[in-house]
Amino acid sequence: MSSRTLPLLFINLGGEMLYILDQRLRAQNIPADKAKKVMNDIITTMFNKKFLEELFKPQELYSKKALRTVFDRLAHASIMRLNQASMDKLYDLMTMAFKYQVLLCPRPKDILLVSFNHMDAIKDFVRDTPSILSQVDETFRQLIEIYTPLSAGELQLIRQTLLIFFQDMHIRVSIFLKDKVQNSNGRFVLPTSGPVPCGTQVPGQMRQFSCSGEELKRLQFSNGGNYTSALREGSFEMFGERVIKLGTNMYSVSRPVETHMSGTSKNSAQHTKVNTAPNPLAKEELNLLAKLMGGLEMQTPTSTDSGFRVNLFATDEEEEEALISRPDELSYEVINIQATKDKQANAELAKIMGEFGESGDPAPTSSSKGDDLLAMMDGL
Amino acid sequence: MYHKEKSIQIKSSASALYNNLSVLRIAPRSLTYFAVVHANVVNMVSASWDGLNYSHRQLQSKEGSVATSSSLIMQAAWCVLPSRELLVLTSQRGIQMYESDGSIMVYWHALDSPETPTAQAVFTRGIAAVREKYICVGISSGSVLVFDVPSKGSNITLSEVLEEHKESITDMASECSGSLECIADLVSADDSGLLCVWKSGEDFQLLNKIPGFDMSCSSVKLWKGTVVAGYGTGQIRLYEAVTGILHAEINAHARWIYSLDIAPFTGLLLSAAEDSLVRVWHLTMTPETNNVEIEHLYNECVTDTQICGAKFCDGDGYAFAVTGYDLTEIIRYTQG
Repeated sequence: MSSRTLPLLFINLGGEMLYILDQRLRAQNIPADKAKKVMNDIITTMFNKKFLEELFKPQELYSKKALRTVFDRLAHASIMRLNQASMDKLYDLMTMAFKYQVLLCPRPKDILLVSFNHMDAIKDFVRDTPSILSQVDETFRQLIEIYTPLSAGELQLIRQTLLIFFQDMHIRVSIFLKDKVQNSNGRFVLPTSGPVPCGTQVPGQMRQFSCSGEELKRLQFSNGGNYTSALREGSFEMFGERVIKLGTNMYSVSRPVETHMSGTSKNSAQHTKVNTAPNPLAKEELNLLAKLMGGLEMQTPTSTDSGFRVNLFATDEEEEEALISRPDELSYEVINIQATKDKQANAELAKIMGEFGESGDPAPTSSSKGDDLLAMMDGL
Repeated sequence: MYHKEKSIQIKSSASALYNNLSVLRIAPRSLTYFAVVHANVVNMVSASWDGLNYSHRQLQSKEGSVATSSSLIMQAAWCVLPSRELLVLTSQRGIQMYESDGSIMVYWHALDSPETPTAQAVFTRGIAAVREKYICVGISSGSVLVFDVPSKGSNITLSEVLEEHKESITDMASECSGSLECIADLVSADDSGLLCVWKSGEDFQLLNKIPGFDMSCSSVKLWKGTVVAGYGTGQIRLYEAVTGILHAEINAHARWIYSLDIAPFTGLLLSAAEDSLVRVWHLTMTPETNNVEIEHLYNECVTDTQICGAKFCDGDGYAFAVTGYDLTEIIRYTQG
C-alpha cells in the first residue's frame, strides 16, 4: 500500500489531539499561561525538524501500538500529565474523529483539505509565537509540495491504506452520536444526499452515441438519493478557504466528550486479531521509533515546576472507573519508554527490541529484510 | 426487482479495495465460493445452494515459505480456465496462485521490491484469466505480467511482460461472453483511466489504447467486444473495444465506483460505489447498427456502507452479492 501515508496520519491525529486538549484545558480552567505553554510545547515537539524528517521518509504505516506510543510521548511533551484512562480516551477520540473524516471525504483529494484544516488550526494556536509558527509553515509547504501533485488514484491508495489502519474501530463518541453522524452500533452515517464531490456529476444522466459520435439519446434514471451539484473547490495553497468542514474543530462549543465502551467489544474482536498477529516488522519499527524518540525531548517536571494533570473525564472517580471497566480487547499496548537521555534511551530500547524477537531471542543484527526474503525463496 | 436474502457472515471485515469480492460457482457440487480480502488475509466461504451448509477458510498471504506475512493483499480472484480453476492473490510482495479451494499453493511470483520503500508504491493488482491458458496480472508500475498455465501441475511460467501503461494497473478483464468471434481478449485499466485492449497469443498484441481523462478507472469488464469502464468520478462509459468508439456515458454514481460485473448470458450489468448504492443495468447489442444501448433497471441502497465488491452469483444475473468496508458479512440479493 502507499508509503506516503504516515505524515498525513500523524498530522491529522495530532491536530485532533490538540483540539481535544485545548477544550479540556479550558474546561478545567487551567490558567491561560500554563495552557498556552502546554499547547506550544506539544506543537513544537510535533513539528521537530529531525522528527518530521524521519516521518516524511517513504515507509509503511506503523502498527497501532507503535503509533500510540508516539502520541503518548507527544502528549507528555510538556508539563501536563494524563492518567492511563484519560490517555486511552484521548486516543479513542482522536482516531475515531480522523476515521470519520477519512471515510466521509467526498473524494480522496479532499483528505488534503482535511489536513490543511488541521494545519490552519495549529497555526492559529501558535500565531503569537513566530519561532514555532515558522516550523509549522515549513511543514505546511512540504505537505503541499509532496501531496498536491499526486493523482486521484494515488490519493485513493493513501485513503485505502488509512482505512485499513482504522478497520473495525467502532468506538462510540458522544459528540458524534448527538450530531447523528454515528449510529448506536458505532458505524458512521453515510448520507445519500448533499453535494457531489468536485469533478463528479449528479447521478442521473445517460447519453448514448452513434458510431460517428453524434448524440443519439439523452435519458435520465432515478438515482435513489437527493444529490446537489458540487460545491466550489477548496484551496490547496498555504492560505485560502478550504470549503470542506471535515477537520475543523468540532469541540469549539464546550461539550462533554465521552466514549462508550459497552457494546463495542463484539466489533472490536476482529480489530485485535489483526493487531496481535505476529508482526515481523516490529524490530524495524522500533528502530524507527528510537530515531523518532531521539527527536522528542521529554520534559521532567521538577518538584517546584508547575506540572498539572488533565482529566478527559468529568471527575477523578469517573476516570478511575473507566480504567477498571475498559474491555481487554480495547486496551492499547504501549511500549513503555521512560528514557530521557540518549544512553539510557538506547539501552532501554535495545532491551525492548530484544523482547520483540521470537521467544525472546536477541534480534539478528546482520541480515537485512531483503536478504531474509531472498534466503527463504532460495529454499522454495 | 431483487430482494435481500440471508447474509453470509465472514471471519473478518472487508477492506476498502477495488473489486473486493470474487465468486466461483461450482455447479457439479451445488456450491458457490466467495472470497473477500481483509488486509493480509483472504476470507473464503463455501456456501451450499440449499443454504444449509457454510464452511470457512482464511488464507493468509504467504511469501515463499514464510507462513504469516504482513504484506497486504490488493485483490483475490478466481481464474477460470477450460482445464482448471485457480485462486490468484495479488499482494505488495508478489503473486500467489492456489488450487481453487485455497488448499495448496501452486505458484508464487515475487515482485522486485526495493530494499527501502520508495515514494512510489509497489504492489500487484488486476487479475484476469484469458482464453485457454493465460493468467494476466497487473503491477503498480503499469506492467502486465502474462503467465502461461498448463492444464495441470505447477509448471506455470511467465510468458510475457506487457509494457503499455505508465500508471498503476487498477483492474483487468477478459472477454466474458464465451464467443470465439470476438477479436479482443483482454482489457487492462490504470490510474490515469487509460484502457488497453489486447489480443492474446504467444505474443499478446495491442489492439487499441483508449485514453482516460486523468481519472482513475477502478473497474472494467469486456463483453461482446464492448468495454464497460467504471471511474473514480462515478461515471460509467461503454466503448467499442477494438475501435475505441464511445457508445454511452452515464453519470452513474455520486462517489468512486469500486466494482462492476456483467452477467454474460443476459447482459445485465452491476455497478457499485462508495456512495452505498448498487445499480443494475441492462446492455443490449444491435449488431445491424453496431450500437450498444444501456438501460437502467434497479437501485439497491446498502445503508451506511461504502461498497467495495459486487458480483453476480450466476451467469444470468439471477442473484448478486455485495461486500462493504468494515462489514463482516456478504449481503445477497435474489430476483423476485
